[in-house]
Amino acid sequence: MDKKQLTHLERLEAESIHIMREVAAEAEKPVMLYSVGKDSAVMLHLAKKAFYPAPPPFPLLHVDTTWKFKAMYDLRAKAAKDAGMELLVYQNPEAKEKGINPFDHGSLHTDMWKTEGLKQALDKYGFDAAFGGARRDEEKSRAKERIFSFRTASHRWDPKQQRPELWNLYNARKTKGESMRVFPLSNWTELDIWQYIHLEGIEIVPLYFSAPRPTVERDGLILMVDDDRFPLAEGEKPVMRSIRFRTLGCYPLTGAVESEAKTLPEVIQEMLLTTTSERQGRAIDKDQTASMELKKQQGYF
Amino acid sequence: MTDQVYKTDALIAEDIDAYLVAHQNKSLLRFITCGSVDDGKSTLIGRLLYDSKMIFEDQLAQLEADSKKQGTQGQEIDFALLVDGLAAEREQGITIDVAYRFFATEKRKFIVADTPGHEQYTRNMVTGASTADLAVILIDARKGVLTQTRRHSYLANLIGIKNIVLAVNKMDLVDYDQATYDQIVADYTTFAKDIGIDDFVAIPISGFKGNNITGPSDNTKWYTGPSLMQHLESVELNQNADQETAFHMPVQWVNRPNLDFRGFAGKIASGVIHPGDEVRILPSGKTSHIDRIVTFDGDKDAAFAGESVTLTLKDEVDCSRGQVISNAKSPLEVADQFEATLVWMDENEMIPGRAYVLKIGAQTVSATVAQPKYQVNVNTLEQTATKTLDLNAIGIANITTDRSIPFAAYAENRELGGFILVDKMTNATVAAGMINFALRRAQNIHWQATDIAREHHSEMKHQKPAVLWMTGLSGSGKSTIANIVEKKLARMNRHTFLLDGDNVRHGLNKDLGFTDADRVENIRRVGEVAKLMTDAGLIVITAFISPFRSERDMVRSMMQPGEFVEVFIDTPLAEAEKRDVKGLYAKARSGQLKNFTGIDSPYEAPDAPEIRIDTTSMTPDEAADLIIARLIP
Repeated sequence: MDKKQLTHLERLEAESIHIMREVAAEAEKPVMLYSVGKDSAVMLHLAKKAFYPAPPPFPLLHVDTTWKFKAMYDLRAKAAKDAGMELLVYQNPEAKEKGINPFDHGSLHTDMWKTEGLKQALDKYGFDAAFGGARRDEEKSRAKERIFSFRTASHRWDPKQQRPELWNLYNARKTKGESMRVFPLSNWTELDIWQYIHLEGIEIVPLYFSAPRPTVERDGLILMVDDDRFPLAEGEKPVMRSIRFRTLGCYPLTGAVESEAKTLPEVIQEMLLTTTSERQGRAIDKDQTASMELKKQQGYF
Repeated sequence: MTDQVYKTDALIAEDIDAYLVAHQNKSLLRFITCGSVDDGKSTLIGRLLYDSKMIFEDQLAQLEADSKKQGTQGQEIDFALLVDGLAAEREQGITIDVAYRFFATEKRKFIVADTPGHEQYTRNMVTGASTADLAVILIDARKGVLTQTRRHSYLANLIGIKNIVLAVNKMDLVDYDQATYDQIVADYTTFAKDIGIDDFVAIPISGFKGNNITGPSDNTKWYTGPSLMQHLESVELNQNADQETAFHMPVQWVNRPNLDFRGFAGKIASGVIHPGDEVRILPSGKTSHIDRIVTFDGDKDAAFAGESVTLTLKDEVDCSRGQVISNAKSPLEVADQFEATLVWMDENEMIPGRAYVLKIGAQTVSATVAQPKYQVNVNTLEQTATKTLDLNAIGIANITTDRSIPFAAYAENRELGGFILVDKMTNATVAAGMINFALRRAQNIHWQATDIAREHHSEMKHQKPAVLWMTGLSGSGKSTIANIVEKKLARMNRHTFLLDGDNVRHGLNKDLGFTDADRVENIRRVGEVAKLMTDAGLIVITAFISPFRSERDMVRSMMQPGEFVEVFIDTPLAEAEKRDVKGLYAKARSGQLKNFTGIDSPYEAPDAPEIRIDTTSMTPDEAADLIIARLIP
């Protein structure tokens, strides 16, 4: 009888598709969180595969902070259209009204736009399951989180009350008001994501590739000046540097790396030879020890 | 740094395209490391991550700083800190039960399930092992085969891991002595045979010093086998074996984008499928042929165990989520009673007779667990009698599902024979189960259809059968009201029967006490009796405390739709205690009576009863009239 040795990417792909189909079958109103980053791009691609030839049976939701890079907004609309999916964009009206921004408000920015914004959006539409693109190799609190991560009616995660997850059987049962965050990319690593993007020819934001861009350096991070909302200090002038991003968030919170990698193989090459971990470019994790765990307990993805 | 890693670096730097081609063809091995804190498990995992270059400069800098501050290895790097930082997490009151780590080498990508700590060990290890292809059992060379080694090996074997590696660690602390190593391997061989492990690979290592981790060690010239990493890279995967058996795929999702397309989506659990192959849909047994194997990347000529695909069939046969598409010549067995091995994972003990949700493959059914035949002590492997299963207990019990399900024995296929049990009220996953075999009984005892149907019985009596199920605290007034209801119905020429809690316990249920498990069985039997009486056309009135929602719901599900009428006799505890007609509350308060509902055993009030009687605002006679008015409008 013929046999086939599945590659690690084929096994990961099959697992992610299986997870998505379970959610579609068991949740009442699922949604896919879409952040326009590379992990979101892979997740969306897998959703297309899972339900082909039908479009994925759920909408995309972007919890927008209004502070994403311009290039991300450009790809957002195109990606949803290509997939034949509805795109919902949610901006926390309170944050908007108060003019919350990353320059003046520090961690309140993430808290109001992202954490609160996400909770409001999920409540507004009544979604009971939300896909997220987080991976277990990103940091410690992710490493122990389940693929089906249960949240209380007030969106809290309790790391001590996680359901045991056996084989490929996921317990998606919950009572009214409770919800789940589901992480189909849990077992992927950063390298897997890049290899898969390369292999499948998935479109990603051009900011992942190196180009000369206007930048300033602050607290050891290279920040890109993406538009005129970036307040320059007195005497501070943007400098053109050849940079790219390993991870994309809000543009003032995401540090760039100096690089010459203009193609995907070059990016992967640089990543493999690099000596610092991926989230080093993100200010959010540095606030306090175990900061991610705390944020997650409060409802951050 | 070993040569192997250097070569990878060179290839990445010189020819990234060649590297990518080589690396996208890597296979995936999932494994679990089993050992206690002192066995050097974290050090070993940290070492594997380090040697496969998964540690970045910023992490390494942090590690070096932490090693000096809180490490146990003097000035050397303490790899254990890299993996868990358990001390820090304990301080914050954060528990890790199962964490997953990732690394990759030239040949394979690896996912390690890491389950630290002694507490909840069985639950955590079983969870981590359920997706593992291989288990590394760690032994401290100074201590040899210990109780915990037996426990870890038993659990790894129980969960069906075929590849066992015995890593004899801390060889540096026994001067790399071959005799010590040989003795440990000999001891383990004897024990392994006893529990059914036929084959294992033993490797002498030092996680701390890095001996026999990635390459051969000069310190153990007497050892000629592979290093741990070499073995992990070359061992054959379970998944290949799954492809050699008959085709089975649980249907997860029916894909119907339009009227012309009807696809059945799922992950293939075993075997290989081609267009044209004959298949059988289970449990219905209908047959058809595969038309197409549809994927986003185009139609395929074949699909294999482990792949997620969408199949279309040549005929319009019924097939929905939870059913299994099987090879027509060797379909799965179908049954509704099984013997299974259960690992209990919840703080609340198992209650025999209670209905739980059972999920197997893509199917969810209702199931009851009988009193266990025995439980296994994981340390001594002794089998002991038990009435229930507590957290972390492993037992053998019969399970009955509310309908027939397709399955394979767990030993043959994990995905077709493994299941979880979920509590209907809390929605917690309470147990992992493995089907051993179907019970013959289920196949040979059929429902005997009788010529005089239940409709005939009820028509002769000119009434619609029903169960008036009174529930409430002791002393709430259930029996009093039930008695009046029956008298009034009798005057209306209705054929009734009153089942009273105290009376039933004198006969049918005299073998039962007042533990949670016995209360559940009490209600189950009363439910069955009530069901037979409704078949006979009677209006059944019951008066039982019946404190648990799940059992009342179970009885409800046994009856024809609309025939179960839940009547909540709502009397506040203080009021019932004040009345204390039988003097039971006084006894319970003084400790003479144990497990008394409302005092030291819970009462779960109905969420949405058909009828609620507030006994503080109406007399028993008024209550009876209200109930009858609702029953016979």
